[in-house]
Amino acid sequence: MHLIAAFLASIGRGFIAFATATGRLALFTGPAVSHCFAPPFYGRVVLRQMVEIGYYSLPVVGLTALFTGMVLALQSYTGFARFNAEGAIANVVVLSMTRELGPVLAGLMVAGRIGAAMAAELGTMRVTEQIDALTTLSTNPYKYLIAPRLIAGVLVMPPLVLIDDVIGVMGGWIIAVYKLGFSSGVYLHNTVNFVQFNDVFSGLVKAAVFGFLITLMGCYHGFHSRGGARGVGQATTHAVVSASILILLSDYVLTELFFAK
Amino acid sequence: MTARTPKIRLAGVRKSFGAKRVLEGIDLDVPAGESLVVIGGSGSGKSVTIKCILGLIRPDAGRIEIDGDDVTNVRGARRDAMLRKFGMLFQGSALFDSLPVWQNVAFGLIQGRGMKRNQAREIAIEKLAAVGLGPDVGELSPAELSGGMQKRVALARAIAANPEIIFFDEPTTGLDPIMADVINDLIQTCVRRLGATALSITHDMASVRKIADHVAMIYDGRIVWTGTAAEIDASGNPYVDQFVHGRAEGPIRMQVRSI
Repeated sequence: MHLIAAFLASIGRGFIAFATATGRLALFTGPAVSHCFAPPFYGRVVLRQMVEIGYYSLPVVGLTALFTGMVLALQSYTGFARFNAEGAIANVVVLSMTRELGPVLAGLMVAGRIGAAMAAELGTMRVTEQIDALTTLSTNPYKYLIAPRLIAGVLVMPPLVLIDDVIGVMGGWIIAVYKLGFSSGVYLHNTVNFVQFNDVFSGLVKAAVFGFLITLMGCYHGFHSRGGARGVGQATTHAVVSASILILLSDYVLTELFFAK
Repeated sequence: MTARTPKIRLAGVRKSFGAKRVLEGIDLDVPAGESLVVIGGSGSGKSVTIKCILGLIRPDAGRIEIDGDDVTNVRGARRDAMLRKFGMLFQGSALFDSLPVWQNVAFGLIQGRGMKRNQAREIAIEKLAAVGLGPDVGELSPAELSGGMQKRVALARAIAANPEIIFFDEPTTGLDPIMADVINDLIQTCVRRLGATALSITHDMASVRKIADHVAMIYDGRIVWTGTAAEIDASGNPYVDQFVHGRAEGPIRMQVRSI
């Protein structure tokens, strides 16, 4: 009987902790988003964040896309060759990249790079009282620290993913043409003919949503960081893990919305 | 506002964090143009008191007045207006790592008050000079400065907007005695020049003797003694005596385990 009570209590504690965390996140997200639409706007800070999130993530996101496109072409060839359907490689690569792998892999890479950096920066600002200092200097921390990061994340992720899509397709093209002996013209023709506006558009919408989630998680965990270096380390881990999970979860939801019949 | 209205008044301010009660009913008046220093041991509630006044921490009960206005739970534009009266020097300086020194000093002017960058830069250099730092320091990053220089920059930032009230949170912590005395002198000079009201918290008695007009002793979340700086050595209060003389024996019990 005692064991059952302890088991039920542990479930209850877990549920309360989940409800508390959800409530705190909602209380953080509301003002964070509302400050994105109300002046003053810190244009310089937004631009700096756009460069940080977009431009400096290009190498890592580009490399990921390049090798993903190459692997996709190789693996598709291995499978499709059994059914004499090698011609579908271009279609598989472009569809996989634009709809799923482009936005999801870029999102996960940016979550690791930017989400962690944001949580560490804001966490350090919190424990060294820099966020309190902002308030005493008549500057709203939500407006100066959080809103510019959210705006930059939403604006910069779609173009980053678009470049990522192009590099991924190029990776597939390199393998198809230089390793598997496909005609360059036919491969590109198949790619352009098969891909539809909705394939690319859905990927860009996903990118914007992922950009929001990555920056929101980085800011939320950093902003609520407590307890010195250990707290900052925990905030960084939580930011990356929670952003990654939310990316995969929202990817499924958005795919259902866009493509479910 | 009458002539007797204190610049800052705290009445019955209480604050707990979970089961831990930090402030148990703080009553304190700071007259306009005076320098009040709150002394007390670590964890006695000094920093929480200041953060409650600034609205960084919300008190559970009690009333906080600035110039006779109740600002206990003030929000929005009224809070912004209230905060414009304040300057604050944080214990760890709290300079923004990502900005050069002059932008740190000018931050409140540019971001908080919408001043043009060139004009704010001139004021920043003027304030840096007031704390004994040259314009070349303005181009450095805070990480390139020593602890004493960081404190000076933080002081320049605190006075940049000519505030009516300045808070000093442990202004000499972590500094050698000579640099601590330099900072105390600067605090004294800057506060007098501005005609500001100052509220400092410290456990450095050299600071108290240098910068205080009045002193209040906080213990266990309550103010246990107030008096002038001249009275502190003959207060007749056992808490103050123990603190001033730094004795382990006395009514103040530190929370340490016996070996």
